[in-house]
Amino acid sequence: MSKMKHGFFLLTIVIAGMAMSNSYHLQLLTFIGINTLLALGLNMLMGYAGQISLGHAAFYGLGAYTSAVLSATMNWSPWLALFAAIVLTTLVAFLVALPMLKLSGYYLGMGTLGFGMIVFILIRQWSTVTGGDSGLVGIPALSLGPLSLASGKAYFYLVWAVVLMCFVICERVVDSRVGRALRAIHDGEHVAAAMGIDTSRLKVGVFVLSAVFAALAGFLYAHLVSFISPNSFDFLVSVRIVTMVVIGGMASIWGSLLGASLLTLLPEWLHVFTDYEMVVYGLILMTIMIFLPQGLTRGLLDLYEQSRTIYRRPATSQEPTANR
Amino acid sequence: MLRVRNLKCYYGKIRAINGVSLSVRPRELIALIGANGAGKSTLLQAICGLISHWEGEILFEKVSLRGFKPPAIVQRGISMVPEGRMLFAPMSVLDNLRLGAYLRYRRRDHHGIAEDLESVMDLFPILRERAGQPAGTLSGGEQQMLAIGRALMARPRLLLLDEPSMGLAPFLVRLILDTLVRLKEQGMTILLIEQNARAALQIADRGYVLENGQIVLDGAAGELLADQDVKRAYLGKDYREFYEGRA
Repeated sequence: MSKMKHGFFLLTIVIAGMAMSNSYHLQLLTFIGINTLLALGLNMLMGYAGQISLGHAAFYGLGAYTSAVLSATMNWSPWLALFAAIVLTTLVAFLVALPMLKLSGYYLGMGTLGFGMIVFILIRQWSTVTGGDSGLVGIPALSLGPLSLASGKAYFYLVWAVVLMCFVICERVVDSRVGRALRAIHDGEHVAAAMGIDTSRLKVGVFVLSAVFAALAGFLYAHLVSFISPNSFDFLVSVRIVTMVVIGGMASIWGSLLGASLLTLLPEWLHVFTDYEMVVYGLILMTIMIFLPQGLTRGLLDLYEQSRTIYRRPATSQEPTANR
Repeated sequence: MLRVRNLKCYYGKIRAINGVSLSVRPRELIALIGANGAGKSTLLQAICGLISHWEGEILFEKVSLRGFKPPAIVQRGISMVPEGRMLFAPMSVLDNLRLGAYLRYRRRDHHGIAEDLESVMDLFPILRERAGQPAGTLSGGEQQMLAIGRALMARPRLLLLDEPSMGLAPFLVRLILDTLVRLKEQGMTILLIEQNARAALQIADRGYVLENGQIVLDGAAGELLADQDVKRAYLGKDYREFYEGRA
């Protein structure tokens, strides 16, 4: 079942890659892939384990800047830089998670928010290393041995291959005893502990996993656009990742894809409204939340099931009358 | 098997348990009865490691449980059916049962888990029918069965139950308690906490009566059932005598 889903997904990627010739569309799809990674990571933390983070842009930025500084300024190989970025993010996420995940609910939100701001300010002010407000230029493009990944199409395939890989990882985690335990923590930490689940260890674990996903997305982003500035990793970006998760559907792997797609595409589609763009954008998000409070995935599935029962109603509505 | 000595538990500065001692021997079914706020649940949470601020001594199979985290206590063989069932409502019945065996999955005891899944579903056949359904959609009685099944999945040697009869129709209470008797016959040791004193004492070997954080009475279940004080306070009998006596 899930193998078929992945095969279908892979096929879609390949077909999309072959059919797309417009470099703008390819880039848009690549951005969707990067955003899907961000949403997927946060969904593991927020949707499954029920722990909110309003500072995920920090890990996104940490991944992007670590790799960018090492490869652009210090001439490391980007792949070595990626490794360093992941190690650093793991370390930072672990150290942040230890005290932070003792909090929950609003307090955890505030805590992670603060962490996000600290990293943002650090990136902006440490200008000798990060370039400060004027950003960091000359981030090298990626290549795999002799194969250059500089072209839009090659990068598109790279990003979506990573997304597919992360999908598989997440699905395997979700379907395992660890996935069950995460959902149990979401539902009631106290009872989860009484089942023998080491709740604090698992929470730290999933926090680190989701931070690493964000760092991976940051790495892909930095080497795609070759220029990064602090504003790509500010508080609003954190909020946007949360929005993707909520709009797409909490605790849904495919919901991350839906949410990330919608939030990447909407601004592009709404350019026609010029000055009113943000108003329409906000209205659409509000409408979705009011009518599909469970997010797009659950909401659309429910609508589908409803439409099927309405369609069948003529047959079932006769039974009660016959009983009377 | 379980020995609690002079246990004192605190919520901040409030002392909820004030020097309780009790013991549970292997293969015994012990009833701990008491009214709301007597400290029953607190006592149970202390045994399970969910409260870490306690004084006194809790020994399980001669090992002190002081400083043990809940997972370590489950690992040693104590499993709890919490008050109000506390199922994982959005998750399926099967997933709830599997969560009960969480630590055994970690030890990769897949064979044993499959066996126990079968035996729990034989114990409560309705769970087999509802296996794929979210736990939150079960009726109260079915939820209680699932909560007990989930606790059994850890393959405990001591089963603690916190008010399993709460909110259930009398025939369901009977059914749940009969199950406990059956479990006991199969060799389980059970500590049952109940407000429904009559039902609990009818199946128990011995009983303790907890009041304001202290054990006020203990003895064989039959003796407690016949005890005037217990009758007056918990069994809802002798009220006339009670009022006449005051008048």
